[in-house]
Amino acid sequence: MTQNLDKLPADSFKRITIDSSAAERISKPSLSFWQDAWLRIRKNKAAIVSIVILILIILMSFIGPMLSPHDAETQTLTHANLPPKVQGFENLGFWDGVGNMAGTDVDLYELKKVDTYYWFGTDGLGRDMFSRVWEGTQISLFIAFVAAIIDMVIGVLYGGISAYYGGRVDDIMQRIVEILYGIPNLVVVILMILVMDPGIMAIIIAITITGWIGMSRVVRGQVLKYKNQEFVLASRTLGASNNRIISKHLLPNILGIIIINTMFTIPGAIFFEAFLSFIGLGLQPPAASLGTLINDGYKLIKFQPHILMFPSIVLSLLMVAFNLLGDGLRDALDPKMKD
Amino acid sequence: MAKYIARRVFYMFITLFLIATATFFLMKTLPGSPIASASKLTPDQLAVVEAKYGLNEPLPVQYGKYMLNLAQGDLGNSFQFKGASVTDLIINRLGPSFLLGAQGMILGVLIGIVLGMIAALRQNTIWDYGSTLIAIIGISIPSFVFATTLQYWFGVQLGWFPVALWKDGWMSSVLPSIALAMGPLAIASRFIRTEMIEVLSSDYITLARSKGASGFEVAFKHAFRNALIPLVTVLGPVAAGLLTGSLVIEQIFAIPGIGEQFVKAIMINDYSIIMGTTLFFSVFLIFIILVVDVLYGVIDPRIRLSGGNS
Repeated sequence: MTQNLDKLPADSFKRITIDSSAAERISKPSLSFWQDAWLRIRKNKAAIVSIVILILIILMSFIGPMLSPHDAETQTLTHANLPPKVQGFENLGFWDGVGNMAGTDVDLYELKKVDTYYWFGTDGLGRDMFSRVWEGTQISLFIAFVAAIIDMVIGVLYGGISAYYGGRVDDIMQRIVEILYGIPNLVVVILMILVMDPGIMAIIIAITITGWIGMSRVVRGQVLKYKNQEFVLASRTLGASNNRIISKHLLPNILGIIIINTMFTIPGAIFFEAFLSFIGLGLQPPAASLGTLINDGYKLIKFQPHILMFPSIVLSLLMVAFNLLGDGLRDALDPKMKD
Repeated sequence: MAKYIARRVFYMFITLFLIATATFFLMKTLPGSPIASASKLTPDQLAVVEAKYGLNEPLPVQYGKYMLNLAQGDLGNSFQFKGASVTDLIINRLGPSFLLGAQGMILGVLIGIVLGMIAALRQNTIWDYGSTLIAIIGISIPSFVFATTLQYWFGVQLGWFPVALWKDGWMSSVLPSIALAMGPLAIASRFIRTEMIEVLSSDYITLARSKGASGFEVAFKHAFRNALIPLVTVLGPVAAGLLTGSLVIEQIFAIPGIGEQFVKAIMINDYSIIMGTTLFFSVFLIFIILVVDVLYGVIDPRIRLSGGNS
């Protein structure tokens, strides 16, 4: 045996080494925080459906008024109070222009000699509800987005400054918040609306005047949590400026929470706008938002339910979708907060 | 504890003082005046009316008088109803508002607790998703949309309930109470669900199970009781929601409550009713939040209000 050993070809004894670094290899591409969040939100069916619904509604709020052959402001009194009628549905028993007139069902389009189609019907002044609903949606969304952005900017600045500088600055700023926080939102909004000229600006100011407080409290808590952590201290030891610490270390860490909070302020703002318009403190005619349309429709609830129905459906869809998306984002961006 | 309450009461008074001051000066900057819109008066008559209501005095004097009266619980006189005191007007209207608010809250919280329990005990089943869906709808859909829908179907179409009349006694309060209950229902059910799930995964539940306690016993005797305590904290937001809701719902169902009176006063610039009701709302909400915070510390010894080592 020993003799044979020498005769063995040398290349049978190749040295096989184990590459110790292979154990450390990351076999899948590393994901950034946002890619990770996207993977999580993609699994959340409710959130995905909400995104689709929101995109559809936002698109319709812009192209809807253009799709309809009728304009939102033109009053055609002879076409007043028509029920919805859609091409192709005439024989299906609904959306066929048949409405209640003095207790019996009649085709009001025939009765009033109207030969066009109003997809959502018309209101008491003969305006096309389809255009009005989508223009109203546009205004409601505009108010909500602007209010949410203002809330976010003020809240982040106030909360951030208060927490970052700490000490006496924080003390004073927090006492102010404590007092403001005690004032009921409803009271502030109504008072502000009363003293300003009614309109979009007044509603936005009224909603934002105390709306930022929630955001500022959240941001303050987060900044306080992060500002004394090791990575921030290390960065400071290496001579990073305040600006660099805030923009490179603090902001990226609290961005998730800022986004979640903003997502929840949007439906809140939509609600307050609709609420104010409904009790008559919101937009003044001829401007229309979902709230004013619902208010108009409510007055005719007995006879013309379609005027109430369509804006109510759009408003409800918007609110549900924003809330579900907010929930989904919260689970995706901040898994620790998930219940 | 006493220190904490004292601090909170102190802040409560500062807040109320600020609200009263802000309300007063904001009302003074309002464009319309209740007298101007009333009728055509000669300048002399106008002066007499203004003197009667103290509107001709300098602003600081008016403010001083207003605050003095306020401290004595006097909210001034209504412009709209001759000489009626605002305090009386509010008290007269308390009944229906209180009835609706109480019914809405009890109904909503009870159903919410049941839904939340079902969702937590049958987590990730169709029951859970169903009750979550109801909660999302309750939080999302504004109470006035819900109220008008109820009114249309059960009032106009089916005719089971009066549409907008406060004449049929309790029957008139059914639909508005249901509409008001949706908010509390949603808040309570989501809250109970979260709490129950957390409690159910705690060690003492595992212990109870390992000692052979039945599922029913675990759910009600051990988990439910502990999940119920923090529910007190949602009373604040629930009360705020009920107030907001009552403004529109009383309008929709023509209920002679505070909310309806408030909205009408806004329309006709009756400053004193607006100011009085605003203050009433503020006191109500601030007081409830204070009571909730204090109560929570009392019934749940795990919470230490003053923070640290008390």
